[in-house]
Formats: sequence, C-alpha cells, structure tokens
Amino acid sequence: MTSPPLVLSARDVRRDYPVAGQPVHAVRGLSLDVSEGEWVAVVGPSGSGKSTLLNLLGAIDRPSGGSISIRGQDVARMGDAEATRFRLTGIGFVFQRFYLMPTLTAAENVELPMSEAKVPRAEREARAKELLRYVGLGERTGHRPFQLSGGEQQRVAIARALANRPALLLADEPTGELDARTGTEMITLLDRLNRDGTTIVTVTHDEALAGAARRVVHMRDGAIVDDVTVRPL
Amino acid sequence: MILRLALATLTRRRARTALTTAGVAVATAMLLDMVMLGSGMRESFRGFIEQQGFQLRITPRGTMPFDTEATVGGGAALVVALQGDPDVVRVAPIIGTKGFVTRAGTDSVIGAFLLGLDPTVQGDYILAEGRDVAAPDEMVVNAAWLASTGYAVGDTVALAAGYEPQVRRLRGIKTVRIVGRGRFVMLAGGDRAAALPIATVQAIGGEERRDRVSVVLVATRTGADVEAVRARIERADPRLSALSTTAALRFVDERLSYFRQLAFILASVSLAVGFLLVTTLVTVSVNERIGEIAVMRAIGVARWRIVAQVMIEGVALSAVGAILGLGLGLVTARWLNGILATFPGLPAAFDFFLFEPSAAFRSLGMIVLCGIAAGVWPAWRAATLPIARTLREEAVA
Repeated sequence: MTSPPLVLSARDVRRDYPVAGQPVHAVRGLSLDVSEGEWVAVVGPSGSGKSTLLNLLGAIDRPSGGSISIRGQDVARMGDAEATRFRLTGIGFVFQRFYLMPTLTAAENVELPMSEAKVPRAEREARAKELLRYVGLGERTGHRPFQLSGGEQQRVAIARALANRPALLLADEPTGELDARTGTEMITLLDRLNRDGTTIVTVTHDEALAGAARRVVHMRDGAIVDDVTVRPL
Repeated sequence: MILRLALATLTRRRARTALTTAGVAVATAMLLDMVMLGSGMRESFRGFIEQQGFQLRITPRGTMPFDTEATVGGGAALVVALQGDPDVVRVAPIIGTKGFVTRAGTDSVIGAFLLGLDPTVQGDYILAEGRDVAAPDEMVVNAAWLASTGYAVGDTVALAAGYEPQVRRLRGIKTVRIVGRGRFVMLAGGDRAAALPIATVQAIGGEERRDRVSVVLVATRTGADVEAVRARIERADPRLSALSTTAALRFVDERLSYFRQLAFILASVSLAVGFLLVTTLVTVSVNERIGEIAVMRAIGVARWRIVAQVMIEGVALSAVGAILGLGLGLVTARWLNGILATFPGLPAAFDFFLFEPSAAFRSLGMIVLCGIAAGVWPAWRAATLPIARTLREEAVA
C-alpha cells in the first residue's frame, strides 16, 4: 500500500524574535510532516510555540531558519506578494475569534477570498451557497455576522477558509470562543471535513478537539516532545 | 467587493461619518468662498469699467475718478481737443457735485449726488423705469432718491445746486422734470443720485462749476494703442491724469493684494482642516478594524487592495463633503454678498463673490486631492501591519 503524498514538510524550523531586547526562541529546530487527508492537532501549554508554528505554516510569518514546504512550494522563501497569493489559494485559515467582515453577509464573507482570486461572480455565488449548505447554514446566507451565533459565525469562517479549495486548513483554537455544545458541533464539522478529504492542522487547548484528531503533536518550549497517531489514515 | 467594503465601513458609524462629512463640507464651503472672494472683487470691478465701453478715464492730475471733488476747467475745449485725436472715437465729459431738493409736501431739504453727463454716451446708470434724459430740464434719479424725497417719475421739482443750512436757503435753483428711474452702477444701494445733462449741472452751479469737468471718459478706436493715446493726452495737457482700464485694474490689484493674501491664507487653513478631518477619521477607522485588516491580509487579500480600500474611504468622504460644500459655499457667498453690499460707499451692484465654474471645480479638486493625501498614512499603516503580531495582540486584547 502506498502512503498518501505529503502536503506539508517542515524541516529544522526556527523562529526567534526579540522581546524587550532579549531574544525569544519561540520555535526551536522543529520538523513536521503532514500527509494528505491527515488531521493533526497541535497541543501544549501556553507559550509553547503552537500559534507561532501555525503562523509559520500559513506563511503569515517568516521562519528565522529552516524550510517549510507545502505541496512542494517553499513557503519560507516567498516574498510578500507571492506569500499573499499562496495564502489566498493554498491555505485556509480559521481563527479563534472568527473575524468575519461585519458589513458583509455570510455569503459575501465566503465570497471574499474568491473575489480576490478573481473567480467569476456566478461561480463564486454558487460555491458560497454550496459551502454554507455544507456547514449547515444554507438558510442563513443573507445574514450578517451580528445576526449569527458564535457557532454559526465559526461555521461561516470555515466556509470562507474552504472557498478557494486550499491544500491545507489551519485552525487556531477554533472552539476557543464557543460553549461546550457548540464546540462539539464544530468538532463534528471538522471531522466531517477531514473525512471528506480536507487536510487539517489545528492548534488547541481543547482536549475534545485534540481527541477527535487523527494525530496529536505535543509541543513544549518551541519543540515537539511527542507525536502520536491516534487514527491512521 | 473592496469598494463595497470601503463604503460599508463608512456607513457602519453613520453619525461619525456624517459629522466628518459635514466638517469637510464646511471646509469646502470656506475654501470655495475664499477662492470666489479672491477673484470676485477684481472681476466685478473689471465688469464695471468694461461695461461702460471707455478705455481711458481723464481726471485732474493726481486724482482718481470721483476720489476727490477736484475738477478741471475748460471742459468744452478739452472735449474738442480729445475729439481731435485720430485714435479717439467717443468722449464723455462728466461732472459730479451735490444737488438739493425739498422733500415733497415739506420744507426739509434732501441732498443727493448730482451727475452731469452726456445721456447719449453715458455708462453710469441703467434705466429701469420711464425714459432717458432728452432735454436740459430733465433728469433720471435712482430709487433711493425717490424714496427720500417722496417724488415719483413724471413729477417736476426745484433742483438746487447749493444749500446754506444756517439760513435754510437753496441757491442755483432750476425746475426739472423726473423722466426716469435708473440704477446707478457705481453707487452704494442707499446713496441718492440724479443724472442731468452736463450743461445743466454746470449752469446751476454758477461760476464755481462753469465749464468744469470731474472726469472725461474716452473710447478709442478698435486696434488703437491705448497706452500711446494715454501718454499723448498727459503730454498735451499737464493738468490731467489719464488712467487706462489696464492701469485701473492694476491699481485695483495692488489695493486688493492684502485682501487676496488673506483669502489665500484662509483657503489654505480650510484645506488643512479638511485634510485633518479626513485623515483623523480614516486613521480611527483603520485602528478600529486592525484585526479585520490583519485577517484580510492573512486570507490572501493583496496589500494594494487594502490600500485601495482605505484610500476609497478618504476619497468618498472628501468627495461627498466637497459636493455638499459646493452648495453650502454658494449659499454662504450669496448671504455674505448681501451683507457686504450694504457697506457704505460701495457700489450696490458690486459682487464680492464671483462664481466661476473653473474655480469651483478647482476647489472641489483640491478637497478631493486632500482626501487622497489624507488616506495615504492610514492606508500605508494598514497595508504594512505585521499580520501575525497584530492577530496575536488582537487575541490578547
């Protein structure tokens, strides 16, 4: 049996930055491979470098050393314009605080990345509807964020993240702002996404979320201290 | 989508946007008024002197037309001499003095400015009622004269060239008929005035006014060198000063230069106020949305699109403010013009604020440019923010 191809390959990644004149080593020589169809939960105490790692993998921060390859593209060496384009089409982001555009409807929020990628209007409207139906919000496409609950807003954020069919979905504490019931619904949605083929990397403190992932990576002081595959592909 | 986001951002805080737009409108109105004021008086003056159709004004040496009561003798000979110049096509002698009448039905005496002129070539009044002067004992008066004296067009009155208040006696009396009502363009709204043939005014003035003129207007033939004619006249008679339209405008320009500088300073202040208003609002708006902007960058929205969004906000604010300000500026200009027109000694028909479409568009353009400039700093800030750090700080906040 052939193993699935790698979506992400990080090698000896470091990220240092100065705080009050002192260098802080947020990520220290970390290496990580993620195959297509995997769902990796990165866990660890606060300050262990989880979010910094996610930012590096998502090309919104640059490593101080090492290499990060996503679908064969070296993210660490990209210039701003190239990294922006890569984030638009290659990565889907989900944030703890949803960060939907408050003046746009749910459908328009989902359309935003497609509009940026110059997807024709008819096509992006159809896909936005399809994605919102997929996340269970088919009847709320015209609602604005303030008319939606926290869980619904996070669903719209997931639909937005999937808009341009990214190779990798990165989620930073996706259940962090949700109550237990809504958090469980979110985990179910992520699980469905993963079963349907989406490769996911989540950073979380939520044990239930980590427990749902196929693989759990433990970080401490900027390094991986444990890497356990719970459910193989 | 970016345009939609920019405009939606402005309507998100309606009251704040409305207040800023009102501020920009006021700044635009002031800018427009100052631009109109800067050129209005000069152009108004030019309109007056060109409307008369005379290129030269000849006065007693060292005086300006009607600036003093000075006159020059030998008026008839002067007119003949001027008519002898091959470049001169029309000569209009004028004498300005005071005239008196008793108020209708009373013995109270009313004084007025008395203009002796040649009715066939005059440019000092525009007939509004009745007919023009056609005989030595006819006169045209203005509305203020009629209101003060209680007479009407068609009445016959005893016009006096002098009045001795100690003994309450009028002198140099002539009976004249009011044949018309005119608007005297160079006089203030409340000034009383009457116009008669110059010979009549000279005659009732006695020896003091006999054959004297205050100013002689000269029209030159088309294509003539006005400055050469002016120099010839001054050389021929050293008692005279000749003022060309160009020189008169230059003189007015010099007198109005401080006024224009003031208008320029106030216009610059208006621009600065407009700029600060827009840049403050856009900066505050960007600061409020710093997390949203970081997320937009994170999900792949290009830097220049963020710049465009912020710049559109600044331009939209300034453009709407400028359009509102145009209307406001025109209304305030009209209102201020009404107030300034009642200033003593200023011609009633004088326009302080002259609306020129090019000036209005220049003002609008300057305000919109200000809006563009005002968006540069917040747009640059929004486009260059460090995405990861901003998201971290927002999450902590």
